[in-house]
This record gives sequence, C-alpha cells and structure tokens, in this order.
Amino acid sequence: MFFVLSIICVGSVLGMILSKNQAHGALCIVLAFAALGGLFGLLGAPFAAVVQIIIYAGAIMVLFIFVIWMINLRTGIPPESQRRTIVLAVLIGAVILAQLGFAARGLFGPAPSSVETAAAGPEAVGQLLFTKYLYAFEITSLLILAALVGAIILAKRKDRP
Amino acid sequence: MIPAGWFLSLGLLLFVLGIIAFFVKRDLLTQFLSIEVMLGAGNLAFLALARGPAKVEAQVIVFFVMTVAAAEAAVGMAIILLVHRRRRSIKTEDLRTLKG
Amino acid sequence: MNPFWLIPFPPAVGAFVLIVAGRKLSRKAVAWLACLAAAASFVLAVISFQSLLGGASAGRPILRTLFTWIQAGEFRADLAFRFDPLSAVMVLVVTGVGLLIHVYSTGYMSRDRSFARFFAFLNLFTFAMLILVLADNLVLMFVGWEGVGLCSYLLIGFWFEKPAAAAAGQKAFIVNRIGDAGFLLGILFLFLTIGGVSFGAINEAVAGGIIAPATATLIAVLLFVGAAGKSAQIPLYVWLPDAMEGPTPVSALIHAATMVTAGVYMVARLNPLYAASPAASEVVAVVGALTAVFAATIALVQNDIKRVLAYSTISQLGYMFIGCGVGAYAAGVFHLYTHAFFKSLLFLAAGSVMHALSGELDMRKMGGLRKHLPRTYPTFLIGAVAIAGVPFLSGFFSKDAVLTAAFAQGRYFIWALGLGGAVLTAFYMFRLVFLTFHGQERLEPEVKRHLHESPGAMTVPLVILAFFSVFAGYVGLPPVVGKHAHLFDRFLEPVIKPAEGGHLGLGTEWVLIAASVAAALLGIGAAYAFFLRDPRIPRRLGEKFPGLYRLLLNKYYVDEAYDAAIVKPLVQGSARVYDKFDLAVIDGAVNGSARAAGLLGRLLSLIQSGLIKDYALAVLFGMAIFLGVLFF
Repeated sequence: MFFVLSIICVGSVLGMILSKNQAHGALCIVLAFAALGGLFGLLGAPFAAVVQIIIYAGAIMVLFIFVIWMINLRTGIPPESQRRTIVLAVLIGAVILAQLGFAARGLFGPAPSSVETAAAGPEAVGQLLFTKYLYAFEITSLLILAALVGAIILAKRKDRP
Repeated sequence: MIPAGWFLSLGLLLFVLGIIAFFVKRDLLTQFLSIEVMLGAGNLAFLALARGPAKVEAQVIVFFVMTVAAAEAAVGMAIILLVHRRRRSIKTEDLRTLKG
Repeated sequence: MNPFWLIPFPPAVGAFVLIVAGRKLSRKAVAWLACLAAAASFVLAVISFQSLLGGASAGRPILRTLFTWIQAGEFRADLAFRFDPLSAVMVLVVTGVGLLIHVYSTGYMSRDRSFARFFAFLNLFTFAMLILVLADNLVLMFVGWEGVGLCSYLLIGFWFEKPAAAAAGQKAFIVNRIGDAGFLLGILFLFLTIGGVSFGAINEAVAGGIIAPATATLIAVLLFVGAAGKSAQIPLYVWLPDAMEGPTPVSALIHAATMVTAGVYMVARLNPLYAASPAASEVVAVVGALTAVFAATIALVQNDIKRVLAYSTISQLGYMFIGCGVGAYAAGVFHLYTHAFFKSLLFLAAGSVMHALSGELDMRKMGGLRKHLPRTYPTFLIGAVAIAGVPFLSGFFSKDAVLTAAFAQGRYFIWALGLGGAVLTAFYMFRLVFLTFHGQERLEPEVKRHLHESPGAMTVPLVILAFFSVFAGYVGLPPVVGKHAHLFDRFLEPVIKPAEGGHLGLGTEWVLIAASVAAALLGIGAAYAFFLRDPRIPRRLGEKFPGLYRLLLNKYYVDEAYDAAIVKPLVQGSARVYDKFDLAVIDGAVNGSARAAGLLGRLLSLIQSGLIKDYALAVLFGMAIFLGVLFF
C-alpha cells in the first residue's frame, strides 16, 4: 500500500515538473495531494488525512484552477530552458537530499513501535485544539480572516464605483 | 509495519522534488504549486516522526500548517492576479524591476 | 584654614556662566556678576594674605593638592597649589588690579555689542592667571601660562571684525608659542634631570647640588625663552605693540599688570635654579637691559598713545629682568608690583582720554586737554611721575632698587644702561603728557564737540590706582632709611634669598639715589624743553637726522625683518607641502578609499539580477551549507 501510494505521489510530482501546461500541472498536483492524504492515513493520522484531502486537494487546488481560468492562459509556458539553472538546482537538491538523508539515517531500522496501529482520531485532536492550542487556534482564525480580507482587497477591480 | 524512516525519506524526496520544480518552472503559478508541494512534504515528515501520544499533537500542528498554507495560497493567488493584470504575463523572468 | 586654594574659582564660575548664558543676561547683571567674581577672589586673597603675616607659620609655604592629575610612570604632576609670600604678592596684584579694571571696563565697554563676551573672557583670564601664580609645579603653571595666552588672543582680537585686531591676536599667539616651545623643552630637561617638576622638588634638587651647572644653564635658558615670549623681551617682543589693537582695559590688565609679568614671576619663582647658573642669569640681565633701552628708544618717537605705553611696558619689563638677572629677584618683583599700579593707571587713563576723544589715539591730534579732563589729567600725571622715577613715588623706589642692586653686584655696564633707560623713560613719558594735555589744542572739530570727561566707573579706579602709585612703594624703602627698609624684601625672604655680596656703603647709596633722581629730572626737563617751551625743536632734530628718525619710527624694521626671514619662507613652504602632500597623498587616500568602496558596491550589485530564481538559488545554496555545518 505504501509503495503504491508513494509511487503515485512521486510520479504525479514528476509529471507536474515535466508538463508544459499549467492546468495539467495543477491536476497532477491534485493527484499527488490525494496520494499524500492516503499516506497520512497509513501513518495512523486519519484526521490529518481527511483534512488534507478536503483542504489541500479540495479547496486550495480548486483555488488554483480558478485562477488559471481567470487568467485565461491560452498557451502554456514551457519549463525552464536554461540548462545552467536546472543543473545547479538538481545538483544542490541532491546535496540537500543527501544531507537530510544522512541526518535521518538513524530512523531506518525497524523500530518496535514504528508505526502505531492505534490511530489517533479527530476526537483526540479536537481535545488538544481546544485546550492546549486554543490560543494558536484563535490566532489562526484571525490569520484566515486577514488573508481573506487582504485577498479580496488586492484582487478587487479599481474601477468599481 | 513500515518503518517511519521510509515515510521520512519519501518526505525528503518530495521536498527536494519541490525545490527542483521551483527552479525548473518559469511561471509564478506553478512555482507556487511547488511551494505547496514542499509544505506537504513537511507535513509528511512531521507525522512520520511523531510517536505514541505525540501523534495527536503532530496532527494538530499539521492542521495549523495547512491552515496557514491555505491563507497564503489565497493571498498569493490575489497577487498573481494583480501581476497578471499589470503585465499581462506571469512569467517570472519578466519581474526584474529590482535589478541593480 | 587658609582659603587660598579657592581663589581661582570665583572667576572660573563667572566665566562659565557668562560664556553659557551671557547673551541672555542684562548688561547690569553681567557687570555685577563679573565684578563680584573678581571681588570675591580679591577678598579671598586678602584673607589668605593675612595668615602669612606674623605668627609661627609666617612665610612657610602652604601646599594644597587638589588631586592627582597626571601619573605616568615616574612622571607625576598634581593639581596642587602653593601659597607663599611670592604667590601672595602676585595674587594680590592680579586680583586687586584685576578688580579695578573689571569695574573700569563696565564704563569703558558700556556701549559695546559683545559686553558679555568681554567679561566672560576677562574672568577667564583672571582664572588662568591665578592658576599660573598659584601652581605648585611647572606643568600646572604651564596650563595657566597657555590659558592666559589663549585669553590674550581672544581679548586682543576681541573686535575681530577689524582685520588689524584679528591679525594682532594671531601674532601674539604665535610668538608666544615660540616661547612656549622653549618653555616645554625646559620642563622636559628638568624632568629628565631631577625626575620631578614641582617647585619643592626643584628647590630640593638645586640645594642638593644634583643639577650640573651646564644642565642648569640649559634648563634656565630654555625656560627664559618662554619668559621672553610671554614678557615681551628681545627677540620675542614684537607682539606687544600690535596687541594694542585690543580694548584698552585689556592692554591695562594683560599687557601691563599681569600676563606679561608671568615671565618675571617664573624667573623669580625658580630663583634657586637661576642662582645656580651664573651664565643663565647673565643672559637674563643682559637681555633685560638691552630690551629696556631698545624699547625706550622706539617709544621716543611713536605718535600713538597706546604704542608709547606698550614700548614703555616692554622697557619696564626689561628692568624687572635686570633685577632678576643680577640676583636681586626681590627687586625685580618689587618693580613688578609697583609697575602694575602705575602702568595700568597710565593705560586706563589713556583709555579715558580715548573715550573722551571718541577713539582718537594720535597724539598729534591732541593737546591742551588738561582743561577739559579734570579727573583724568591729574591721575595720568601721577602715573607719569611715578614711572619717571621721581622721588617719593613708588616707581622711584622700585627702579632705584633694581639699579642699586645692579651696581652693587658690580654690573656697572648694566647699571649704566638702566640709568640711560631711565632718562629715556622720563623723556618719552613727559613727551606724552605735554603733547596730550598741554600746549595748543590740535583737536579735530568733530572730536572737540563731543569732548567729555569719563564716567565715574572709569575715573574712580584711576584715583585708586593713583593712590597706590604714590604710596605702594613705601614697603620697599632703600636701606638708607634704616629700620623700615626693605619690608618687601624681608617679606619675600622665605622664597627669595637676598642677593649675596654687594653691600654698599651708605655714601654710595646716596650717590646712586642722586643719580637716579638726576636721570629723571633730566628726562623731564628735556621733554619740557622740546615740547612745551619750543615745540619746533623735535622737528628740527627730525630734519637733521632723518634716517635715525625713520629707523626709530619704524621700530628698527624688526617686524619687516621677521616677516621676510621667517614668516614668508614658512608660509611658502607650507603651501608647497600642502600641494605635494596634503592634496595628493592624504586627499588621494581618502578619496581613493571612497572610490574603492563605490567600486566594490558596483561589483556586488551585479549579483542582484532582479530575478526571483537567482535569489532562490542563493537561498538554496545557503541552506545546503547551513545543513552541512549543522550535521557535520
């Protein structure tokens, strides 16, 4: 299961990289996020899985699609033609991967409690949200409000009377 | 079952792929998408590393990350819209006014 | 407890207040503040003086160290004051005459724009001078020395919009500086020789014979160079006549009674050192004598009242140095003391004349003023009589003391020069009196219309000074009088040992006194003949000896000689250095580094392409390095 989902995920992202059309790329990402949600579920985090699918794959990507539609991009923009930047990016990316991988090497052994089968459900998350992280929760709602107002004002056409 | 390390390495891979995607693409929109990919990879790493009772907290944190990502996406989209209105294109190379 | 160490502080406070807030105060407030400060110092001086008279501690120097000022390795100079009979005399003169001049200035400067600034500087000067005379070590004394030099510059150039005044201030400062170079070298050698600079240390070292005669001579001569600069002796006297551009009270205070006497004070203070070096004392005496006569000759033909008085001051300072040079330091200080009274009187009275004549200074445009200035004339006359050495006034006693001492020490040539100078002194002084106050009136009509006697603030100090000019000399009666002789010298004995040898018989003393009197009368008589009885005589003499007349009138062309030999080469040399070095090298370096910074900035700005991707690449790169450092 894990492998299936991970292959889907990685493959979708690769597809996004290689695609020349933004819309295609966005759709690929939707798929990738969905797979990611599944992976969250595998990790025993059902709440995160569902939220991922609803918010990410659902709302955010829909937002992207809307914007693509509004901008009305007819022709796609081909990916970077500059060799140099690609090579450099891939190089450094590989370096970082290696570094992080090295840092995380200790976790590859089969740990006895590697993945908890006992899932932590929404109840428990809700509990925490409204007690320990109440403050952060409220602030986050303020943040969303600010983003909402900001986005509307930014995108408004000026010539409205 | 599946060792956490594998999830983590998947997250790392996705993160680096997101970075590479950022540099490969030339339009603002897809670059933004790649940033979202990176965020998702981060979430994966968070969850992968969580153990036992920490699993709940990890989900809380992931929740907040997603919320912020949503807000950021909203504002980012608005900005992309504005840029498009001004310059008729969202090619990143065209945004050079800070040169110097 | 002797309050002497407080003496410098009232004028310091006064100066500070006036500098900071002087412009906001009313003239009355400024005048009261400045004069009260001067008065406070004077009162403190009198109180401190009392304690030196009689009693067991009479005459012993009182030291008071305020705090350790410099301590660098073996070098130590404290902020320490010393009060002994010599300092007492100086302090009383400075504060007393200073107070009178402060009061006089309230009248003289009453219409000046910068009233507060004047009194601020006057107080500041008093403070610096008091530091000079109260200092217990040469370094602190040098601080006061420089302070009075600074104030002299500020006050000479007080009317700085006048180019002549500004130039005069500059000249005074620079010439003084040359003297100060010698002074500093002297201090340096002194420290190298005896390891200390306080007067106590110096006296001990000389008494203990630590200083080799050659070193003592070197040090004494170097210090005397400083004294020559400050006290206007040959060859550093040229600034004093020019300094007359300053307001007359300044001339009276600084260039007659106090600052110029600092050199004499210094030599007197260091009298053990000079006594230990006959060669240096010789230099002092000879320079003093030559200056006395030289300056007197120039004074003979000057037409500007203040210039005559200036050269007179230079000449009289020469007499003081004669006294010190022949070993009779007390006589030199005695002449300093009496000279302070009658010279400042003469200057202030001249200022009164100027005030009455709306600023006229040329004696050729005066005459017959004695009818119009009933208070100024008598006081001026008293001053002139005193300086001429007429018997029973103070000048007679002090000048006679100096000349007698010279004769007693076997310095007949110097005595002769001094006597000749006395004749000249009497002559030029009474020439001044007759030209200004007697004879026919040669006033300009405009001036005559505004002719008026000066206000009380100006004439009262004149009267007081006249009183002292007459009676101050009675503390230094010559030995012929017997019991009450030399009160002054005996007072100074703890500090100044009387000159050895040279005791003259009573008969010789009377002869010398007669000679002095004769000299004075000769001078006065000649002046009378030349300027009152037959005013054509000077002109005929001038026509018969035109070259000599021009030479004297132009001060022997000394200023011109200095200008050509020293000033011009220096100025041209500096200009060349400026071009070759200052502009090219230093400006080049400074501008060059600015250009380099600009270049570097332009290079760095190439990194900023404006592209998001490039910036992101940089971030990525940094992240890689950071992770590397973090994990490895």
